[in-house]
Amino acid sequence: MNALGRFPETLIPLDESPLAVHGLSAGYGGKPAVMDVDMTVIPGTLMAIVGPNGAGKSTLLKAVLGLVPRLAGEVAVFGEPFARARHRVAYVPQRASVDWDFPVRVIDVALMGLHRELGLLGRIRPHHRARAEAALERTGTLELADRQIGQLSGGQQQRVFLARALAQGADLVLLDEPFAGVDAATEAAIVRVLKSLRTEGRSVVCVHHDLGTVAEYFDRVLLLNRRPIDEGPTDLVLTDRNLQATYGGRLSARHLALVR
Amino acid sequence: MMLFLEALLLQAGRNAALVSVGAALLGLSAGAAGTFMVLRKRALVADAMAHATLPGVALAFLVMVAFGGEGRSLLGLLLGAAATAALGLWAVECLTSRTRLPEDASIGAVLSVTFGAGLVLLTVIQAMSAGQQAGLEGFLLGSTAGMLQADALTVAAGGAIAGLVIWALRRPMAIVAFDEGYAATAGIDVRRTDLAGMLLVLFVTVAGLRIVGLVLIVALLIIPAVAARFWTDRAGVLLAVAAGIGGVSGWVGTALSATAPSLPAGPLVVLVAAGIFAASLLFAPGRGAVARARAARRAAPILSREESLRWIALRHADPSSPLIAQDDGRTPLSALLPVEQIAGLDRRIG
Repeated sequence: MNALGRFPETLIPLDESPLAVHGLSAGYGGKPAVMDVDMTVIPGTLMAIVGPNGAGKSTLLKAVLGLVPRLAGEVAVFGEPFARARHRVAYVPQRASVDWDFPVRVIDVALMGLHRELGLLGRIRPHHRARAEAALERTGTLELADRQIGQLSGGQQQRVFLARALAQGADLVLLDEPFAGVDAATEAAIVRVLKSLRTEGRSVVCVHHDLGTVAEYFDRVLLLNRRPIDEGPTDLVLTDRNLQATYGGRLSARHLALVR
Repeated sequence: MMLFLEALLLQAGRNAALVSVGAALLGLSAGAAGTFMVLRKRALVADAMAHATLPGVALAFLVMVAFGGEGRSLLGLLLGAAATAALGLWAVECLTSRTRLPEDASIGAVLSVTFGAGLVLLTVIQAMSAGQQAGLEGFLLGSTAGMLQADALTVAAGGAIAGLVIWALRRPMAIVAFDEGYAATAGIDVRRTDLAGMLLVLFVTVAGLRIVGLVLIVALLIIPAVAARFWTDRAGVLLAVAAGIGGVSGWVGTALSATAPSLPAGPLVVLVAAGIFAASLLFAPGRGAVARARAARRAAPILSREESLRWIALRHADPSSPLIAQDDGRTPLSALLPVEQIAGLDRRIG
């Protein structure tokens, strides 16, 4: 049962959910940045985590991945602890955190998605390369394959990181603000890829900040402001009352108009 | 000169040949291990570790003498060096993670304190009037003179083992250095990978003490990687090129030292590496200074103001002129049109 007293409209067994979170609190130094989060991802859907700055959206994602200490609650990924299901999960971090002068080409970044299969001593064979190239193709960056990563625009870099997740062949893809500061072509390319993942029956959870596109891009949404406000299909959840509860006074009438 | 060539070709005697092979293998693994440290931006931790070996060497000597030994067993001295180097590494980690000291300050503190302690111990040993301690100074700047066959084999084996381990770990190490957050979610243990890198550097540092010396071993870790960066944009290739540069430096440096036994080996090895670095900086294709200057000159506009104005005048006078397709920013219009038409354009410019 969620915050508004409504049961999730689709009841599925927990071990079939790509990601089920129950009563999760997480944060650094014992201080929770998010509290009491319940969340259930339905297979083959695109889910957005939406809320104001500082609402703990990225923290929630990182807590699921074990990058931020979990203070309470449970996380099940395909019915198992994350550590045992991590091969089925791909993560696309926020773009800022890497060294852009690093000696790595675009194709090498995509190949990182295959490192688990390659193991320590495995050689990169033609079929590995073909998979990495197919992932770049899907994001429209194949012609950049031999460039050093720092030579790309911000949007192109974001698409390459998405390609790395695609090459991994994961069933659950978690993205942290993939649309932040990218050009329109990149945004369209990313949306196209996310929708094709859904067609393949894979699931996507995406931290998102643009209320205007939530309903257009995503099937389901979790509204979050330190605590969960509501979760469910976008058209049911994005109500004036819920948005006021999430954003408080920070939400203007213009924002509300955007959602409709 | 003859002697240098002989040493280079391993013809200067069996011992000198062994030393050269050992130094080459050491340089190889130092270049490779250093690549990870440079990419991870932690190369100076290796310097603290290197300086922290000195008290270990001195203490091991004292212990071996106290137990009635001769005090010069290389393996024993190196074990002592490894022990205090590990302590130094641990101290840097603790100071950085448990206090507010930034990492560079922690490195400086550990480096100077351990080196100071080592120098004090060394002075004590010299005052003990034991005849056989002379070899210990060789650990400061490296020395190939008087190296035994077993010593050279120890160095060579250490270098070879470290090189193989680095090759096996190259992919996780590259992913950790490039994108730590992704590495952690992809199932790579970041802490253990970092630790493995540090231990490899420790291993290489200790193995290289005898030849390169603890003051300069950090140069053999850093210079090959930064020199190799001029030649490639791929981490795997970088590792191989850095290993190659390190290997050549070790080989040539020790060959030089065989011709001039009074010169310490460490500085010679490092100077060879620095020479390769300088050559890379200047002449590497693409990223080298010469190639960059050439590219900049090619990109610069080479038309005079007058010629540029003529092109603009042409576009105004005849927007559909087929000549406009030939405007590449460097071809003067006066080379394409007869003099009288140029004069006509010049009149339009006024």
